[in-house]
Amino acid sequence: MKREMTGAEMVIQALADHGVEHIFGYPGGAVLPIYDELFQQEKVKHILVRHEQGAGHAAEGYARSTGKPGVVLVTSGPGATNMVTALTDALMDSIPLVCITGQVPTQLIGNDAFQECDTVGITRPCTKHNWLVRNVNDLARIIHEAFYVATSGRPGPVVVDVPKDVQFATGTYTPPPTSGKSSYKGYVPQLKGNMAAIRTAVEMMAKAKKPVFYTGGGVVNSGPEACHLLRELVRMTGYPITSTLMGLGAYPGSDKQWLGMLGMHGTYEANLAMHDCDVMVCVGARFDDRITGRIDAFSPGSKKIHIDIDPSSINKNVHVDLPIIGDVGHVLEDILRVWRDTQPIPDKAALKKWWGRIEEWREKDCLKYRPNEDVIMPQYAIQRLYEATKKRDTYITTEVGQHQMWAAQFYRFEEPKRWMTSGGLGTMGYGLPAAMGVQVAHPKSLVIDIAGDASVLMTMQEISTAVQYRLPIKIFILNNQYMGMVRQWQQLLHGNRLSESYMESMPDFVKLAEAYGATGIRCQKPGELDAAIDKMITTDGPVIFDCRVANLANCFPMIPSGEPHNHMLLGEDADDEDAIGSAIGEEGKALV
Amino acid sequence: MTQPGSAYFLSDRRDVEETHTLSVLVDNEPGVLARVIGLFSGRGYNIESLTVSETEHEKHLSRITIVTTGTPMVLEQIRHQLGRLVPVHRVTDLTHEGAPLERELALVKVKGTGEARVEALRMADAFRAQVIDATTEHFTFEITGRSAKIEQFVSLMQPLGLVEVARTGVAALCRGAKAM
Ligand SMILES: Cc1ncc(C[n+]2csc(CCOP(=O)(O)OP(=O)(O)O)c2C)c(N)n1
Repeated sequence: MKREMTGAEMVIQALADHGVEHIFGYPGGAVLPIYDELFQQEKVKHILVRHEQGAGHAAEGYARSTGKPGVVLVTSGPGATNMVTALTDALMDSIPLVCITGQVPTQLIGNDAFQECDTVGITRPCTKHNWLVRNVNDLARIIHEAFYVATSGRPGPVVVDVPKDVQFATGTYTPPPTSGKSSYKGYVPQLKGNMAAIRTAVEMMAKAKKPVFYTGGGVVNSGPEACHLLRELVRMTGYPITSTLMGLGAYPGSDKQWLGMLGMHGTYEANLAMHDCDVMVCVGARFDDRITGRIDAFSPGSKKIHIDIDPSSINKNVHVDLPIIGDVGHVLEDILRVWRDTQPIPDKAALKKWWGRIEEWREKDCLKYRPNEDVIMPQYAIQRLYEATKKRDTYITTEVGQHQMWAAQFYRFEEPKRWMTSGGLGTMGYGLPAAMGVQVAHPKSLVIDIAGDASVLMTMQEISTAVQYRLPIKIFILNNQYMGMVRQWQQLLHGNRLSESYMESMPDFVKLAEAYGATGIRCQKPGELDAAIDKMITTDGPVIFDCRVANLANCFPMIPSGEPHNHMLLGEDADDEDAIGSAIGEEGKALV
Repeated sequence: MTQPGSAYFLSDRRDVEETHTLSVLVDNEPGVLARVIGLFSGRGYNIESLTVSETEHEKHLSRITIVTTGTPMVLEQIRHQLGRLVPVHRVTDLTHEGAPLERELALVKVKGTGEARVEALRMADAFRAQVIDATTEHFTFEITGRSAKIEQFVSLMQPLGLVEVARTGVAALCRGAKAM
């Protein structure tokens, strides 16, 4: 039904029509008309953050844990520029976000007006698409389009920039189109894969002697059905499976076919299986440099099948033999059907041998670390956290650094959408606000941010938001008094000269929690850890847990930059100063 | 040993660089050219020439013609990255499809007297360039043709008193009766 209303009303009406229940935002001059409408209705609830970046990451956490788009409302100028990190983060990790920004009135655009910035210009490279709305009669259509673009195809963030005069102007509101299509004729995401390619893929997979599934965030993005189909396919074939950081949870972490995460800090067995395989089935992952290591030595003997919804992911870093462009869910469904119809007979003897090799690699027990009775080892802390929370309805977010990698290695995810981490951009400060967003979507669940002491200070102020909205998030800080990951690289690459990677003046996290009106818990001894974790879980309201861990622990295994998968540094090498000092060659030093 | 600058092109790929002409049909909406140019600069692709103009007014369609160089892998990336932009309808690698029709227009201003002036006019005649402005001191020529022809003409004018040049960049279509 078409109706006359103001631009500001249209914004709220459109959000309601798209089923949006929560938005994250921060007011300012250029969005006040929208905030005024927000005040006068009940359908859309607004969460007031303390910094716009926090709103962005909260919306990401909300989106990732629900599969629905996250929505953000911020003002012009600084409000918009503060969103840039979160938008880039969402773009890199394919998270659907709809960000509405206020803008100075149209007649002032280009005049360096107060709090003016070229929002569409600044956000063009960090969004999937963006719009400046110059006419109120375009507003509804553009917001509907924005939701469609953000959530369809390879998901991503979009920005709709709304000048203040457009918010005040009256125009005609049109409801969302029922067709679920874009008015952009060229924007038609391809969902079904090419059937001939799918049949070839089944043949290649069936003939494999040393196969491996390499899966990524695309499986999670495709939805629960895609994860279900992946599990079916992996079990039916009996092949080993590994995944990127972003794909954790798509396949159960406790299953025996699961090799653990691959990549720079992936397991020995996963990386060697990738290196030695003869058929690699890449499902919704993108061969990025954290995964491939040295690209000209990446899995030299394998035929590669690549399933991805984004054609630009194909052959970007690694040449693949069989690309299949389509939505993971659709393609897996077809693969399963063809497999069942053709009933191929895999080479059992070869597979048995392959699993034998893998078992040998597993015996390395690459994640082992030296336990300590006096000091909490960070790995131990994650293991205990996992044991204490695995039977609960738990969601985990992280910051960026060693703690993030230890979380990925030691926490086992059985289900998708339970793990939110900043993978592509590696944004310190992501985890705390993301946890808030997850908690808003799942008020009864246990939401834990596994944090580092440096990262968590980047968005610490959001604890104030958590307190305001009674969001009982738990911030579990592995406090090593260092920017641990930076220190580890300085040790490996720069003669252990710890340039600016030690935080001399860490706050007292317990007092800090109390200052915000949250609960602070500190734990220093391994023997006290379980009880302290228990207290954290049972405490009502937000908690900051200051877990004092061994200061100088390093995260292994590690594929040093510029090295191939089969040149991994293991924890046992950590004692050998020469091995560490020469781990990264001249070429690798130039890499990130 | 080579020293790669980033993790993304670690192997020194020995693929040869090729020059290709791409034709891109886009919705003519604000910012679309900035998106295309931003994509090229952001991802480190080359632009040798770029032209854009609305070609179908009722459908709000513009055609962007880009001449770019890169290895086959990079050229494929460019095509897909352009295709990913929401307002882009279609991307065709005209060079890949077969020798496309390519033309460019240039205005060339030459100042001189005596023998040089006569020679400039003679050359212009040979290249089928037209005089579109003249004084007793100068000529301005209009010349169309493939880029190589224009480059050749401009370099011939250099010693004859070349003042300045304006070039449109390449417009291109595929051969035959069909659209791209
Ligand atoms: C916003 C931002 N700035 C800088 C970096 C570079 N960086 C990566 S890890 C890291 C240190 C993180 O330290 P901490 O949060 O204490 O975690 P730890 O590694 O000690 O577990 C830094 C500075 C980053 N990833 N993000």
